[in-house]
Amino acid sequence: MTDQSTANRGTSTRIISDFLQRRREQIVQRWADEALFRTVFTVSRDEAAEAAGSLVEALASVAASGRIEDLRAPGFTGVREQLTRMAASRARGGAAPSQIADEVAALRPSITDLLITDLAGSDGEASGPHVVTLTVLMGTLRLFVMETALSAGEEIIDRQRLQLLEVATPVIKLWSGIVAVPLIGTLDSARSQVVMESLLEAIVDQQAKFAILDITGVPTVDSLVAQHLMKTVAAARLMGAECIVSGIRPAIAQTIVHLGIDLGSVITRASLADALAYALHQEGAVIVDRATGAGGPR
Amino acid sequence: MSWGLEGPVSTHVPVLRIGDVLLVTLQGELHDKAAEQLQQDIGEAVAGSSAGAVVIDVSGVEIVDSFLGRVFAEIAANAKLLAAETVVAGMRPAVAITLVELGLTLPGLRTALDVQEALRMLAQPSTPLSPGQGRQENA
Amino acid sequence: MTETSGRVAACLPIRSDTDLAWVRQHVRQAAAEVGFGLVEQTKLITAASELARNTLVHGGGGQVESVFLDHGRARGLRLTFTDEGPGIPDVERALTDGYTSGGGLGLGLGGARRLVHEFSIDTSPGHGTSVTVVCWVGVPPRPREEAR
Repeated sequence: MTDQSTANRGTSTRIISDFLQRRREQIVQRWADEALFRTVFTVSRDEAAEAAGSLVEALASVAASGRIEDLRAPGFTGVREQLTRMAASRARGGAAPSQIADEVAALRPSITDLLITDLAGSDGEASGPHVVTLTVLMGTLRLFVMETALSAGEEIIDRQRLQLLEVATPVIKLWSGIVAVPLIGTLDSARSQVVMESLLEAIVDQQAKFAILDITGVPTVDSLVAQHLMKTVAAARLMGAECIVSGIRPAIAQTIVHLGIDLGSVITRASLADALAYALHQEGAVIVDRATGAGGPR
Repeated sequence: MSWGLEGPVSTHVPVLRIGDVLLVTLQGELHDKAAEQLQQDIGEAVAGSSAGAVVIDVSGVEIVDSFLGRVFAEIAANAKLLAAETVVAGMRPAVAITLVELGLTLPGLRTALDVQEALRMLAQPSTPLSPGQGRQENA
Repeated sequence: MTETSGRVAACLPIRSDTDLAWVRQHVRQAAAEVGFGLVEQTKLITAASELARNTLVHGGGGQVESVFLDHGRARGLRLTFTDEGPGIPDVERALTDGYTSGGGLGLGLGGARRLVHEFSIDTSPGHGTSVTVVCWVGVPPRPREEAR
């Protein structure tokens, strides 16, 4: 870029900035009826106008700084929160980020018309370059909103993933003082953490002296999962509860031996039923066969 | 600036005697000096009273770092030399998780869900159990 | 694509074991403000307690600076412990569990590292030590390539 064109562009961004500030009210009145604002602020048009107003101010400040192609321009940072809220609201309503971006693009015609009328009335200078500057600025805004909408989508996914984790790990009270978590599916680090926390909370809530971790539904156990199991057992012990790991299938038992993991200090039982029987026995309960009146096998 | 904390009120944690058991209840923030003082006080109390057990109630403790963890381990070791057992009761889940991540599993220490459970445990004639051995009653 | 911005929350001296209590208290407040869950709060306060004690015992005292972090949708807390002590001659060894020079359990540094999401240490013999830890709420931000 030559010095000449840089200077021209500097003038142009200043003109756009002045234009945005001078025509703030007209732009706001036009934008408030556009889909982007209308669909978010369904209740009050004043709110829509207020939101449009801060967006116009943000654009004016970006133009004033001359960084019209820069998503990181300070002017944008100021409206990030507002746009995030708007994008999140549209995303909840089922709008795809591309649709939201189109709605931003739809803001451009009305403001361009206004600019052309505005400039035509002034010193008769060619409006072309300034329209280009405004178009670039609106293009950057579109990208910025798109980025914001995408990250709002990621946020929703994160939250849903967390909710899924919580429902996927129910802690069940089996008996007075005995709780169990039947684990189903792959255990990763995040899920193991949730399992550990909910099991330990249940130990407190239920005054449980025994906690059973049933891994019948866990397809594979690698060293990381085994480590998490050991940590859960150790934490439960610190709280004064005994942890029993049940449902170790032969294939998993083999993997554990192969990996050289020492589950030595962990109490293990073949099935959830065996684990419950062990816990009941430890508690002093005796299971009696009604027909014979004799204590059944443990 | 207000911190909502006006420095250590007392460096002494009261040691209660219930029958054969010394009960220590820890609350909130424990300064290093107070913890060391406690270790000394319990040592003297066990020696002077020939108590058979020490129960440390940590249900009101929000943070146990490796320093306090070491204090617990040493209290237990000292008590053991004087033929007394030590039970740590009521540890909160967040504290337990943190200690395990820290690498501090306190293997030499007996634990209980709460003070009542600790007293019940001590009343039973049992050998100190380690996980995996199980209790021998009703066998 | 989001830059991490920070706001300094406080700078506290670490000169006595009463200061250690202040540090824990402050980190508790700051962590609650950032929005950490109870378990994460406990981990962070415990890590801070370990590191502050290192600063006091091994570094002969120093200070801690806490900074609120904002990285797009991730929020976090950064703590930097600085002392002008003798430094750590062998960092790898100091991070090994069981290694101790101060009569503790030798879990301070290595243990603190396991309690946080990011951990870095800057030290050289004779020039003091600076340990920085960061914890994020929820998912730590993935290191992403900047577009330009």
